[in-house]
Amino acid sequence: MRTTAAELLRDQLKLTGTKVSCELQVCGACTILVNDAPVSSCCMLACDLDGTTVLTVEGVANGRELHPLQEAFVETNALQCGFCTPGFIMMTLGLFAACPAPDAAKVREWLDGNLCRCTGYQPIETAVLLAAERLQDGTARA
Amino acid sequence: MPEPVTADERSVRRRDARDKVTGHAMYAVDSTMANMAHAVVVRSDRAHARITNVDRQDAQAAPGVLGVLISDDLEGIRKRFGHIIPDHPILAVDKVRYYGEPVALVVAETLHEASDAADLVWAEYEDLPPLMTAADALASDVLIHEESYREPGEGFLDVVPTGSGNIAHEGELSWGDVDAAMATAATVVENSTRFPLVYGFAMETYNAVADWQPGDLHVISTAQHPVMVRKDLAKIFSLPLSRVRVEVPFIGGGYGSKSYTKLEPLASVGSWCVGRPVKVTTDIEAAINTTRADGAFTTVRTGFDDQARIVARDISIQFDTGAYADNSPLVLTKSINRAFGPYRVPNLRVRGVAVYTNTSPASSYRGFGAPQGSLAAELNLDIAAAQLGIDPVELRRRNLVGPGEVLIAGKRPLDGDLAADLDAVVAALDEHQRADEPGLRRARGVALSASDAGASPISTAHVRMHADGSVTLLTSSTEMGQGSRTALAQIVARELGVELSSVAVGQSDTLFTPFEWTTGASRTTTLVGLAIQAACDDLWNTLRARAAETAGCDVDEVTARDGLIHAAGKTAQPAEVIRAWFGGDAGEFVGVGVTRREGATAVLPPFWELGVVGVEVAVNVATGEVTVEHLVVVGDVGHAINPGLVKGQDLGAATQGLGIALWEELLYEGEQLTNPNLVEYRVPRFRDMPRRISSVIAERGDGAGPYGAKGGGEGALNPVPAAIAAAVGRAVGVWPEELPLTPARVWALLQTADRS
Repeated sequence: MRTTAAELLRDQLKLTGTKVSCELQVCGACTILVNDAPVSSCCMLACDLDGTTVLTVEGVANGRELHPLQEAFVETNALQCGFCTPGFIMMTLGLFAACPAPDAAKVREWLDGNLCRCTGYQPIETAVLLAAERLQDGTARA
Repeated sequence: MPEPVTADERSVRRRDARDKVTGHAMYAVDSTMANMAHAVVVRSDRAHARITNVDRQDAQAAPGVLGVLISDDLEGIRKRFGHIIPDHPILAVDKVRYYGEPVALVVAETLHEASDAADLVWAEYEDLPPLMTAADALASDVLIHEESYREPGEGFLDVVPTGSGNIAHEGELSWGDVDAAMATAATVVENSTRFPLVYGFAMETYNAVADWQPGDLHVISTAQHPVMVRKDLAKIFSLPLSRVRVEVPFIGGGYGSKSYTKLEPLASVGSWCVGRPVKVTTDIEAAINTTRADGAFTTVRTGFDDQARIVARDISIQFDTGAYADNSPLVLTKSINRAFGPYRVPNLRVRGVAVYTNTSPASSYRGFGAPQGSLAAELNLDIAAAQLGIDPVELRRRNLVGPGEVLIAGKRPLDGDLAADLDAVVAALDEHQRADEPGLRRARGVALSASDAGASPISTAHVRMHADGSVTLLTSSTEMGQGSRTALAQIVARELGVELSSVAVGQSDTLFTPFEWTTGASRTTTLVGLAIQAACDDLWNTLRARAAETAGCDVDEVTARDGLIHAAGKTAQPAEVIRAWFGGDAGEFVGVGVTRREGATAVLPPFWELGVVGVEVAVNVATGEVTVEHLVVVGDVGHAINPGLVKGQDLGAATQGLGIALWEELLYEGEQLTNPNLVEYRVPRFRDMPRRISSVIAERGDGAGPYGAKGGGEGALNPVPAAIAAAVGRAVGVWPEELPLTPARVWALLQTADRS
């Protein structure tokens, strides 16, 4: 009963791509999409996932082919230690679903609940805007 | 392969990026071992007390529990560790010295069972007076450590503990006659600052999984320095170094906070107790209670002549080191060396003291003592500039140490050009200067630092060339985000003339990878890089010698050029030499290289790590809120092996500096922390990003490392707190005396300014 969504994913299903850090819903590292909406998996009970569709970072790439957002993170050095990266990827997918063409201000507002200790955020903003642009102008497909 | 020349060509993609965007990357916290049990640490609920009893009957009887361990149970193994002062008990011995100290370890089948049973361990205490600040601890007769723990023959890190009473360590760096010079100075300026207690917050918190079997110990952990941890564990269990294996996968952030031994002994004694692999993890509160950075109270007096030249500096640094020394004695030593700044100081006295208190133990954090001292010392120059009626940049220029000049006698002369770096900062600030607006006051701050970085120049690299010409590099340096896996592979490719894609990097598994001092002090690219170059030279020599054997000629007749071996009139690929020598499509040659105190690294430090930064801030006069309008960082790195990675390090380091300057502070109320979580301990967020960022790399080939490289990654943090404090002080009209400059504090400064 008390098993969290993050524990279910990480410990039982061995999907360790989802990370846990603050355990208080303020760092965003554990973000997953539940029925397409971003959720902090560290503070959600696993039993509440019953009947929902869950997407974790492991399901973002299309087989061997990276999602354009992942590709943009790789290209622009938008990660260092990488521990926050799965959370940023999932939260940004939530952003793209809600707002396919965000500007920089929108990106900062949407991602303010995801912490990164390594990059200083600027490269992440660059990556997100680059991916949004490519998805919008059709040079990349999700 | 032609030598990569342009910055773009050198800025190859990180080789770990794909694994990190797909969730495929493995961290220690993702590691499991077969038949693994879980342990939860029972922590002290008071700051200073004698343990009178630990009742563990209920816990032992709880479902799933395999064992409940206290220090009395650690028969036959060393109960304390500590690489400078072995003062740190694995589990509290007789008394506890801070709120949150490990008292017992509960091992159970599952994490939930261990966690539930931990609540059933009843420790009883007899309270002792808690000494919560350095001032309290210095004034008290009560001793936090009653024993001295002096053990002869440690000889580690060139720091000999000198403390007594509640002092963990003392140090001094002096020359000239400071008192006489001050007496003749035209102007003397004095100020003091308080550097807050901060926490490195790596997003992956400390964790370890250990498997003890008779005669062997295998640990997977978040250690930045696996070889150092191996040494501590070998000592604890009286094992040979060879039988302790420390493996470190990707680290989810380090920043110095994962230097030295942390949770590894706890996981190991857990496994020793139950005979199965045991994993221990930490939540944020436990992580803060594992290690924070040293807080500091620093006082600076500077005397100037009538030309605004420094005649003397007199500095005292008092560290709040917490309950255990960990690496603080060395951090203090470095803080002393770094406090007076890269200036000509004819008469100097810097005295430092690291004080034990009943708070969470402090140790290394990015910058390593430099920010604590430079906050007061750099701000002192801004105060002086205002008093002398001189531009603060001009005051610094007048006193800067030039390239090739000696900062500290006997140490390496300055291997950088600070005046040129400062020009770059000023030019960038000038280009985007903005004026005040109603309700907003804007001002800038510029600050510098020079750190004797690189630590001990002891590195070993193994470069194995396979029968197809591809190469595996083995190194015990860790990958914690800085990009060493990428940059070191680039050095291998460049030295051997092979495609970067054919270079594999095996990292940080002491069963296979060779000795490495540490991954810290910004040393990897320079010192591991030099070891790699030596290993590649060794490999070339082996190739030449064996090509000569195969060809039946003298080795002097064999040359290596453009990635090829030329012997007896024939030209061969290195792979062909390997196959010919072994006689088949088989075999490999190994090049071994070391860095030690000789040649390019004979003189210490291996390099000076420079920090040259500028900021423009806007202060909201109604709310006290500070916005960083412009951040300028210069990475004076000699040569950037990978400029993209260098810029990443500089912005990341500077952002952590902004956190210390504006938001981060651990607050004690009574015996316990009031904000041991990321809601109340606020780190920089996306919206805090400076409105404009200028990142410059200065490449003058003046480093001791490969191709003229020298270290980066900390320099851009070190002067940031001082630069922000100076800018805010200038905007507000009152010089700050403590950080962080939260809106409440800045608002209070504004009220003070209005009254005066």
